[in-house]
Amino acid sequence: MTMVTKKMKKSKNSNSIWRQPLAVVGIGIIVIWTLLAIFAPWIAPYNPNAQDAAKFLAPSAAHWMGTDELNRDILSRVIFGARISLPYSLLLVALSATLGSIVGAISGYAGGKIDSFLMRVTDVFFAFPGIVLAMAVAAALGPQIRNAVIAITIVAWPVYARLVRGLILNAKQNDYVTASSLLGSSSLRTLIVDLRPNLSGPVFVLAALEVGNALLLLSGLSFLGLGAQPPASEWGSMVSLGAENFDRWWVGLFPGLAILTAVLAFTFIGDALRDAMDPRTAKALRD
Amino acid sequence: MRTKPVSDEKSQRKRFLSGNGFVPFILRRLLTSVLLVFGVTFISFSITQLVPGDPVAANLGQSAYSDPKIVAAFKVQFGLDKPVPVQYVKYVSKLLHGDLGISLSSKRPVLDDLKEYFPATLEIALVAVFLALVVGLLLGIISAVTRDRLPDQIIRVFSLTGVSMPAFWTALTAFYLFFFVLGWAPGTGRLAPGADPPPTVTGLYTVDSLIAGDFSTFKQAVAYLLLPAIVLAIYAIGVLTRFTRASMLEILGNDYVRAARAKGLPEITVIRRHVLRPALLSIITVAGVAFSSLLAGSVLVENVFSWPGLGQYAYRAAVGLDLPGIMGVSMVVATVYITMNLIVDILYRVIDPQMRDAS
Amino acid sequence: MDLLTVKNLTVTLATGRGDAAAVRDLSFTVGHGEFLGIAGESGSGKTMTALSLLGLLPHKGRATGSINFDGREILTSSKREYRDLRGKEIAMIFQDPMTSLHPMLTVEVQLTEHLRHHRKVSKDAARQSALELLSTVKIPDPEAALRAHPSQFSGGMRQRIAIAMALACEPKLLIADEPTTALDVTVQAGILKLLHQLRKERNLSVMVITHDLGVLSSLTDRIMIMYAGSEVETGLTSDLLQRPRHPYTKGLIAALPGHTNDAKSSQTKRLLSIEGMPPELGNFPSGCAFHTRCNYAIAACKSELPESIQISDSHRIFCPVDPFSAKASIEGAK
Ligand SMILES: Nc1ncnc2c1ncn2[C@@H]1O[C@H](COP(=O)(O)OP(=O)(O)OP(=O)(O)O)[C@@H](O)[C@H]1O
Ligand SMILES: [Mg+2]
Repeated sequence: MTMVTKKMKKSKNSNSIWRQPLAVVGIGIIVIWTLLAIFAPWIAPYNPNAQDAAKFLAPSAAHWMGTDELNRDILSRVIFGARISLPYSLLLVALSATLGSIVGAISGYAGGKIDSFLMRVTDVFFAFPGIVLAMAVAAALGPQIRNAVIAITIVAWPVYARLVRGLILNAKQNDYVTASSLLGSSSLRTLIVDLRPNLSGPVFVLAALEVGNALLLLSGLSFLGLGAQPPASEWGSMVSLGAENFDRWWVGLFPGLAILTAVLAFTFIGDALRDAMDPRTAKALRD
Repeated sequence: MRTKPVSDEKSQRKRFLSGNGFVPFILRRLLTSVLLVFGVTFISFSITQLVPGDPVAANLGQSAYSDPKIVAAFKVQFGLDKPVPVQYVKYVSKLLHGDLGISLSSKRPVLDDLKEYFPATLEIALVAVFLALVVGLLLGIISAVTRDRLPDQIIRVFSLTGVSMPAFWTALTAFYLFFFVLGWAPGTGRLAPGADPPPTVTGLYTVDSLIAGDFSTFKQAVAYLLLPAIVLAIYAIGVLTRFTRASMLEILGNDYVRAARAKGLPEITVIRRHVLRPALLSIITVAGVAFSSLLAGSVLVENVFSWPGLGQYAYRAAVGLDLPGIMGVSMVVATVYITMNLIVDILYRVIDPQMRDAS
Repeated sequence: MDLLTVKNLTVTLATGRGDAAAVRDLSFTVGHGEFLGIAGESGSGKTMTALSLLGLLPHKGRATGSINFDGREILTSSKREYRDLRGKEIAMIFQDPMTSLHPMLTVEVQLTEHLRHHRKVSKDAARQSALELLSTVKIPDPEAALRAHPSQFSGGMRQRIAIAMALACEPKLLIADEPTTALDVTVQAGILKLLHQLRKERNLSVMVITHDLGVLSSLTDRIMIMYAGSEVETGLTSDLLQRPRHPYTKGLIAALPGHTNDAKSSQTKRLLSIEGMPPELGNFPSGCAFHTRCNYAIAACKSELPESIQISDSHRIFCPVDPFSAKASIEGAK
């Protein structure tokens, strides 16, 4: 008999992100930046480090975004900048997502004392002023983009740890995991194999949401002189040249717009992905 | 289950702390908060020790660094000659007496430095959080109420843009526009060059000038304050707008809202009485966290506006590998964060016992 | 003229896979003073039918067709007209009293706010009626109850408060969406008793929604059975429960506790039980949506929408096979 008195779980199938205009715009922007990064040498009108134009030329037909203090073409530098900011932000997110997921998985799997210890550590990192710590680490390691990535990874992993731990605790109560642990096969490895499909989605969405933040922090450190070093055409450090000569508006404006568009694109995509997830996971991602 | 003897003092204390009453709750939260602060000192200490920078080199000039005697004296002066665990124990024991050590870069007690720089940041952060709350709540509510219609679409794009703008660039662009082009903003710093700050009471120039009855300084302080505060607020506005919208939509989906509508109440009553109240409860939580993220975010904004605040101090401390300075800043910001969370938790418990019972 | 006449009501909702009809071409009436029961498995569109009467469909939901209430067409009402209708002319009780009362507002506020809005009565007068309402629904100590928050009451008491709320403006039609589902069996009986009493004391028309046919047997005049958003059978309560004609209704009744033993052989038992799950919104089968679970389905069931077959003035089914008709059983005997 099946008079279903028990409520069937109302599964709202995920909204395709292609139906969300903002997400499509975001994907479009990222595709453009990716193409610009890959084909920079062919697309950029000048060598980004060539100092052969005149100093501080305002935007014109020859130099669409003008030139900087060292006579370099800003458009070319912005295009080449995509080769630094995008891959390093992605790397940064991949590193912190991996680190955080491992900590979260251990915490959720082990439970008990290990769990509460790891979660207290995570709490401490949350309480931390991320950028201050990142600044200190970056300064101590020596100002280099690679070190800035390490510094930010150290402050960025806790969000993933919390998420993964929460998901594992949820799933632990689920039938299929209980079943396999009853059969005595529940090592950490099985747990992860069993749960990977449940974990990878939310972690991926969180990572997508975090790329923008990573890019902001990374260019922020470079802006302060603690990330990419001259003559690298990194967007954040290009903005800092603009800050030194703020009356030449074009020097800082265009690289900043580059950061803004890229971050905005990732935010659009991450937001749409989150909205497409089922509401409970989406809420876990928001908190 | 075996019951433990009641006379066991430890277990009694434990039981008291794990009780459900209001006082045990506060004590428990206070205890975790203090532990968190120590956790923060420990982690910042460890991390800055683990990385290979040399604070001596960072703080002594070229020639002084090549003189072993000066180096040794510097190390002794700042306790850098001791093993790291000893340094940490010493730091903590001094900390318990309210001594945050001597800054390597300013050569002054860190506490004095913080007293000088923190109020400057607090001043813009307070204004920014106020702006963010007013604007963010308003936009978030409009957005939720007009869900998927034009106003909502526009506000969503705005708030997403707000959280995507690099603060240092926004600061620069705003400064160029309002100072250089339009001439509306007075310039960088907290007061005009050469102007005397009001006598220090709180360290907030606006408040202090009012206390001193000096209105022209007050006006000036406000004028200098506004632009950095607005720039700082942009990110928080984005965050709060999005969060408000999300909480409102979550509440709007509740049965009790549907029930309120089924009673035929005007929509404005439904929103005000039935939706906003519970939504505000969760918004309080982010507002607290947003405030401490503003403190951290001020690092980049202060840099552009030459605002002599915690951010500038943190920057100098970081570049100078000034461990006591960095720890001091971390502690201040972390303490604010932790205190905010504490207040929010307590508020939550005080404001709304029904809410808790219901969930 | 009936109090409520619904014709060809179709409700479309936004789902992940695009729009889908949760209620399909539904027609029914509720007479003055009549109790109509609507039953069906979870997801059959009962709640959406109710909400469309109040113009309270979920975000992006749309209703088409015609809803005539008390002599006027209301489906095309403006927001304002709907607001004047809700609570005042048509009131609704929701399924879960734990979530349908506001946790932060006192019982007094929730009992009187719509009364004061619709009737423009003074605070004191509203309070007075609230006290009367609370005694009508048998809440002990109404004075104290007014000052309390919903969390201070048990589920059954909360549902009584919700009923009091619904009755506050003396509506003509009361919709009770699974008023007892979330409650314990003993508490259920109390609520049903209360509904019986209201039926006797007030000239109220009521639409009771449930997925437990047992709840309806003594309460309603007529019952409509829904499956996947469509009507499958409607009849007088006694006719429908004792002589069900649609295989789905038959299955629902067979599944009632106490009925399982009546089945004469294990073979009939198997024939009567309904296997599988109800279809999900957006995945409703073609033709008669029930054909995938029906033991009597023929080819036509899959391809053609069933027409209504009038069995008597008050009894109709949507089933081309009609396996339990007298004719069919004679043929079966051969
Ligand atoms: N807000 C919504 N958006 C989209 N689909 C919805 C929404 N609410 C409900 N549905 C779907 O509409 C269909 C009909 O739902 P409805 O609530 O009317 O069923 P029901 O017969 O009342 O069932 P139950 O016994 O579970 O209350 C279901 O498939 C449900 O999943
Ligand atoms: Mg329902």
